[in-house]
Amino acid sequence: MKNSIVNLSCPMPKLDFDVITLGHGSGGILTHQLLESGVFNLLKNPLLDEHHDGAVFELSGQLAFSTDSYVVSPVFFPGGNIGELAVNGTVNDLAMCGAIPKYLSLSFILEEGLTMPEFWEILVSIKTAAEKADVQIVTGDTKVVERGKGDKIFINTSGIGQVHPKANISANNLKSGDKIIVSGNIATHGIAIMSVREGLDFETSIESDTTRLNHTVKALLDEFGTDIHLFRDPTRGGVATTLNEIARDARLGMAIHQKDIPVIDEVYGACELLGLDPLYVANEGVFIAFVSSAIADDFLSKLRQLPPGENAAIIGEVTVEHPKQVVWQSRIGGKRVVNMLVGEQLPRIC
Amino acid sequence: MEAVINDEEAQIQGFLAAGHVCTIMGISKYEPIVQNYKIPMVVTGFEPVDLLQGILMVVRQLEKGEYKLENQYSRVVKSEGNPEAQKVIRQVFETEDREWRGIGTIPMSGWGVKGELAEYNANKKFSVNIPKALECADCIAGQVLKGIKKPFECSQFGKACTPLNPLGAPMVSSEGACAAYYHFAETVEEVEI
Repeated sequence: MKNSIVNLSCPMPKLDFDVITLGHGSGGILTHQLLESGVFNLLKNPLLDEHHDGAVFELSGQLAFSTDSYVVSPVFFPGGNIGELAVNGTVNDLAMCGAIPKYLSLSFILEEGLTMPEFWEILVSIKTAAEKADVQIVTGDTKVVERGKGDKIFINTSGIGQVHPKANISANNLKSGDKIIVSGNIATHGIAIMSVREGLDFETSIESDTTRLNHTVKALLDEFGTDIHLFRDPTRGGVATTLNEIARDARLGMAIHQKDIPVIDEVYGACELLGLDPLYVANEGVFIAFVSSAIADDFLSKLRQLPPGENAAIIGEVTVEHPKQVVWQSRIGGKRVVNMLVGEQLPRIC
Repeated sequence: MEAVINDEEAQIQGFLAAGHVCTIMGISKYEPIVQNYKIPMVVTGFEPVDLLQGILMVVRQLEKGEYKLENQYSRVVKSEGNPEAQKVIRQVFETEDREWRGIGTIPMSGWGVKGELAEYNANKKFSVNIPKALECADCIAGQVLKGIKKPFECSQFGKACTPLNPLGAPMVSSEGACAAYYHFAETVEEVEI
């Protein structure tokens, strides 16, 4: 298992219980035990060690603030689990604002019956993800709901970060001619989740690419500053939905090219079989950047040297033609309008 | 398919047969239709190039005056289909009458849970009462399905009928004819959401 090395260095404490019960959310002895011997000890830092109702700290300059809830099912999936997703997701949302993430809050809604080894593995992933992203978890909450009222574990994280001094990130900055760059292969996370959720076996293991993006984003902002007009992570709804949102906000058109959009073969095959369009499949650990055309090539070569950007590609450009529309050009020369997704993508029904 | 061929208004010259059904059921069931009605048929995949090749294969048959069953989607579809899956289907389901939008009820054209497995039939077990979906008088889904009219010839297309509020089946699935026309229209001005 991927986390086994980490687990060796963070052995689960000896506790009087091996499953989460309603008592762990009561605020009494069990809550205390769970927090003291589990959460606080593992995620230790001076601000959290205060054990206060909230964290008190100083931060200067322009700040970014973001929140997100994580309800992924199953909670363990190829390439990760809900814990690292919850840290990376909020870290990445802050990074997309051009900010350097500093502090996170962490709230659990646990379902009665969640086993301690499962919870511990999630906690260790949270610790590891926070360390890798260089953020501290400084406040949090734990609630327990009755069996059947949750799905093992839901997590909310909120985060605060300092906006990079060179950053000016806004859809209003978009200009015709700007290049659209994706930082890596698309649709991998969504297909990894779907393959376990639906019990599909593609004879290859497609792993989620959930990861932090903040260090990469910071390095790009250090070098290219305001030539970067916008960052966005195409999570739910995929690249197509994200581009549509931006096209509408910016009142500009987008032209993207199928031949340039990086999708690994296994994911492409799974999408073909299921009748899904990779453009609409959820991503993690991937961002879209809009940059001025003058620096696009330099930006791309820099990004390709930074993890996880080795498969980054320029997939299209912003245009004054067809405002508020995303137009996709196929390998064989056809063009079509890529619309917002209506509801869930229905798998092929015939 | 026979109902569509026999429709007086429909002028079907050839069929692209849905590839994934054939993944399970195989392709032999189509042979009598091809022979009886002397109509070209090509089992086809779903990617743009699959469709183009499927259409090309039908057109070539028509130009030569031929009618035969061909398999464009051979990378997925085997002639015999998936015998194991067919066995399971026959264990669990039996054919029954089914109503088809715009066509009416066709005898033995659908699958229903077998009588002996009625205790597992959710419709009976839970006394589910699903109100009958009324066909909207303005919806031309039947004519679209039979190839008599194009989706945009419908007075409701992109107006009262959108993927968010579909009036007929072809607007529901992304692969329905009306939804495809809706999504891939040249400009959003035509079908502003």
